[in-house]
Amino acid sequence: MMVNIRWHGRGGQGAFTAARLLGAAYSSHENKYALAFPSFGPERRGAPIQAFTKLDTKPVVNRSEVDKADYIIFLDDTLFTEGILTELKQGGKVLLNTKQSFENPRVLTINADSIAAEILKQPITNTIMLGAFASVFDGINLDDIKEAIRLFMPKKLHEKNIAAVEQAATQINRGVLL
Amino acid sequence: MAKEFLSGNEAFAYGIRLARPQVISAYPITPQTIVVEKLSEMVEDSSLQAEFIHVESEHSALSCAIGASAVGARAFTATSSQGLLYMAECLTYAAGGRFPIVMMNANRSTALPWNIYGDQRDSLSLLDCGWIQAYAENAQESLDLALMSYYIAEHKKVSTPFMANLDGFVLTHTYEVVEVPEAKQADLFLKPYVTENKLDLSYPKNLAFSVGPDHNTAFKFKEHLGILRAKEAIDEAEHKFNEIFGRQYTGLTESYHADDADYIIITLGSIAGLVRETVDKYREKGEKVGLLRIRYMRPFPNEEIAAVARNAKAIGILEKDISFGNEGTVYTNVNSALQKAGLSIPSSNFIGGLGGRNISEHEIESIFEELKNEKSTVSFLGIGGGEE
Repeated sequence: MMVNIRWHGRGGQGAFTAARLLGAAYSSHENKYALAFPSFGPERRGAPIQAFTKLDTKPVVNRSEVDKADYIIFLDDTLFTEGILTELKQGGKVLLNTKQSFENPRVLTINADSIAAEILKQPITNTIMLGAFASVFDGINLDDIKEAIRLFMPKKLHEKNIAAVEQAATQINRGVLL
Repeated sequence: MAKEFLSGNEAFAYGIRLARPQVISAYPITPQTIVVEKLSEMVEDSSLQAEFIHVESEHSALSCAIGASAVGARAFTATSSQGLLYMAECLTYAAGGRFPIVMMNANRSTALPWNIYGDQRDSLSLLDCGWIQAYAENAQESLDLALMSYYIAEHKKVSTPFMANLDGFVLTHTYEVVEVPEAKQADLFLKPYVTENKLDLSYPKNLAFSVGPDHNTAFKFKEHLGILRAKEAIDEAEHKFNEIFGRQYTGLTESYHADDADYIIITLGSIAGLVRETVDKYREKGEKVGLLRIRYMRPFPNEEIAAVARNAKAIGILEKDISFGNEGTVYTNVNSALQKAGLSIPSSNFIGGLGGRNISEHEIESIFEELKNEKSTVSFLGIGGGEE
């Protein structure tokens, strides 16, 4: 069954890098396939952008936009409104980088900004949200994410980003898990 | 073979590196930029031994490739949209001169209104220029086409330039799993380019000359035969490719449940994936629908289309193109194939995806539903028909 993940961020926050790392990490295993693409168009720093990852156990051939997602991940909570929950599939979840807390069990929160400030020393939260996602989604484990960081990011960024995803995996607020 | 996570552009660049071109000339234009950017990095890090020439325009990029091919070098260039249109004058020079250059075109809308997104109007408007035209569905096929393109173009019976088309953004900028062959295997598949059609001081001859009315038709007839014979070269290339790499392609078209289908969508490029998924859903319900994907627009698959359409009740041609004042060009070509085969079945044209507009699963379903009316109509997805 295909899993659709939609990323929301602002130009420069690395949403598409996260989408691509997730696809690479997932498809590194036998019989796992992925498609990753940005919302196409001119790139402007600070402007809202989306990126998409589709995961499946067979080749992903549908390249069209999807209106209902399994997971919607926000790198920036100024882009989030509760209306977005209508764009989730049944059982779908939002992962939100925020200092606030939400009563809604469909909204899982993490203060990725504070992890970024502490470990990365800069306000980039894309890999942190990826670490949070790996701890929430059963289909992928943290080691796959770390390997994708090693393979696809510049060497000098490896150590800090790996530390950041480990921290994220422990801090994501999973909401009500029964 | 190594499994990588690549975009269509990157996959094509990996395929071109395996083909060992000697000259690459390019002018960067969105969204093909990454294929030449990647190739320039490969030349820089010496993983590809080629002369990389950064020219001042697309017209010059192809002129430069023609010059390189005219001295017997394997040449590559890439472009998109208005860049391809700006090259148009040189397209016929390359084809008439029988220079087997390979070009990647990222299919993208043409102005005006200005739009950087994908559709197929750029290359389909240039079908008559004498180039082989292939359309890839995914990144793996893009890489494999890059390698096979030189085998086909340089084939002694063909000697015709090759345009490999990738849907802009949805294919060029989308990342997916790709098997990248080893260089050693690629060298078994593709030998260095050897030709007599070159400037050589040891054997002086005239190339790219003038021909008056007496002999001009004969030259054009030979050019036509060359591109028709590409069909055999494509079969030969795909057979050898399968022997070495274990991936079998299916010639000018790819049929998916089309042979026994009542209703068939004929399309080209990356949208075929969604059509295939929709066919699966209909088949699960017991409805006999199918897909015929056109892989090559030139040479055109007349027989292949007639063969699958023969038993169909209606066919629909879905294309990202319109020839203003008439209909989609693929539709015109398909209808000609039907007529030549003496087939009289309803065929409808569905024009969609212009300027990057999303084509949804719902719209593919609506095409199959429309075909059940067994009429012949021309319409724009999401808008409807033109006024009569």
